[in-house]
Amino acid sequence: MAQISQDNRGLRLVVRYTVLCLIAAIFSFPLIFMIISSLKPSSQLLADAHSFRALLPVGDISLQNYFDAFKRAPVALFVFNSVLVTGVTVIASLALCSAAAFAFTFVHWKGRDLALTVILATLIVPFETIAIPLLLESSKLPWIGAGGITWGWLNSYRVQIVPFIADGLTIYLFVQYFKDLPAELIEAARVEGASWFAIYRRIVMPLSGPVLATAAILKFLAMYNQYLWPIMVTQEEQYRPVMVGLQYFFQLNRAWGEIMAYLSLITVPVLAFYLYLQKAFIASIASTGVKG
Amino acid sequence: MAGPAIALILVFVIAPFFLAVGFSFTNQRLVSPNPAEFTGLSNYRQLLGMGVLHLDPLKDAAGAVVLDDQGQPKLPELRKITRKNPDYPQFDGMREWFSWASGEGRTYVLACDVVFMTAIINTFIFVLVVAPLQGGLALGLALLINQRLRGINVFRAIYFMPVVVSIVVVSLLWSFIYDQREGILNNLLSALSFGTMPRVDWLGNPSTALGAIIFMSVWQAVGFHMVIWLSGLQTISPTLYEAGAIEGASKWQTFRYITWPGLRNTAVLVLVVITMQAFGLFSQIDVMTKGGPLDSTQTIVFQAIQRGYGKQDISAGSAISVILFVIVLSVSLIQRYLTREKA
Repeated sequence: MAQISQDNRGLRLVVRYTVLCLIAAIFSFPLIFMIISSLKPSSQLLADAHSFRALLPVGDISLQNYFDAFKRAPVALFVFNSVLVTGVTVIASLALCSAAAFAFTFVHWKGRDLALTVILATLIVPFETIAIPLLLESSKLPWIGAGGITWGWLNSYRVQIVPFIADGLTIYLFVQYFKDLPAELIEAARVEGASWFAIYRRIVMPLSGPVLATAAILKFLAMYNQYLWPIMVTQEEQYRPVMVGLQYFFQLNRAWGEIMAYLSLITVPVLAFYLYLQKAFIASIASTGVKG
Repeated sequence: MAGPAIALILVFVIAPFFLAVGFSFTNQRLVSPNPAEFTGLSNYRQLLGMGVLHLDPLKDAAGAVVLDDQGQPKLPELRKITRKNPDYPQFDGMREWFSWASGEGRTYVLACDVVFMTAIINTFIFVLVVAPLQGGLALGLALLINQRLRGINVFRAIYFMPVVVSIVVVSLLWSFIYDQREGILNNLLSALSFGTMPRVDWLGNPSTALGAIIFMSVWQAVGFHMVIWLSGLQTISPTLYEAGAIEGASKWQTFRYITWPGLRNTAVLVLVVITMQAFGLFSQIDVMTKGGPLDSTQTIVFQAIQRGYGKQDISAGSAISVILFVIVLSVSLIQRYLTREKA
């Protein structure tokens, strides 16, 4: 068994790396094509699509498509909206879901187990099945603002933020993580008379770096990439996020250069963020599966 | 401290769920001057109503079969039966879904809502193809990535890359790749076949559109499940593999008797998660085909949104949502039952 010759081993390595590279090409070529094409005029983009030039930054390279995209749609507004909605939801979600998970893990109260069971049961309700009634409900909800009470949440930031702050998956992730923290630590603090909030704030949160990163990454991806909900609740341009903004670009005569520029603009920051924090991204997906 | 989160989940997840059930028995609309009325099961009947009808050829006074211009036996007109025919109240308003020749006549399967039936079938096709394909490919990739090779993390990062890209972006990008005149896929196939292969309108052809969307969806999401498989692979104790090597197990035996049993729980999770995600198929359809061509890419969720939001018919949209939920719940219960730990 152990007498594989040196040559044979070298050949097998070459084969392995060739397979790995071919698969990598399948996964990366559409994205490379998107970014490269965003730099070319539409006519050249279409001509280049017939050869390997499609993946090379050659010919008439410029940022013109990006300028044109900004002229076609209020791109800066869409980006601002997405960043605002995603940022606020992620931060609020981390705060409320970790606090809830803390109460579920360490504090004993009546109805605790039932409440946790119900929350975990919501994991089997796909969002698609509640979207339509939630649309009607949102159109009738009250809001207290500067001008007194108003009714109806459609066309606002809150309708894109508030329904997504608390969710079963995020609470589940925190509960799983908190269960593995040393219980003696919390008991000792209780004996010394620390309040529950102080324990949450001073002891549990500082130990929760990994799960905070996991929950933040998953929430960020879900929120930034949302599409079904915002197309229904943002008829007014003012509140539209980037994914709804895409609709400005798929008209009949598609200007592919501009489309590629817009796609790159809203995707490249996320890809860069991912490549920079690659280990944390992959670990966060993996952690949803470990205990399943 | 759990109060705010519980309140939000009650208002935005649990309440809409029960509202969906409630609305599905009414004629609720998004905006309406009249209050909604209780209509019982009529939404469900409108969506799921079906009937089977056998028609025999017409016969003339002498009892001989009447032939049409082409010399085929002439059947009574289906429309005369399904349009306000007092003899067949149960078929009123139905249309032909499919039919086949039987005996001298034809047997018809009629449905109240042929488009919705098509949407259910398409969604099931999507799930039945995507679940094993994506789960299997993801496992293959995970095994490939689980080798000790220099630079393997770079490959893992690349395979996972499409997962962080929005499915909406991916759909628009791939609609260029699939384009009939300009698309890269046709360019590539035509180059590989020296121009002999005809250019296919992948998304515009009823026989290829759903397949094209399936391929793209797997491409986008397979990295996600690769990572879940990978985390399962890493929980398998290395001592088991050492023992296998000492016993002289072949690669296949190692996989069959060590790796696969160790992945049992992961396999159930991957299957359940892919199935749930696949039933929600919407964004790809909305960006790429809008359900067409000829309803070949209609899906349950696309129908729910088209009616609930597009036509502002909350009650029909809710009824579809409830039907979807019942399907997803039954399928995942069946999956759990079939994959249960055998005592």
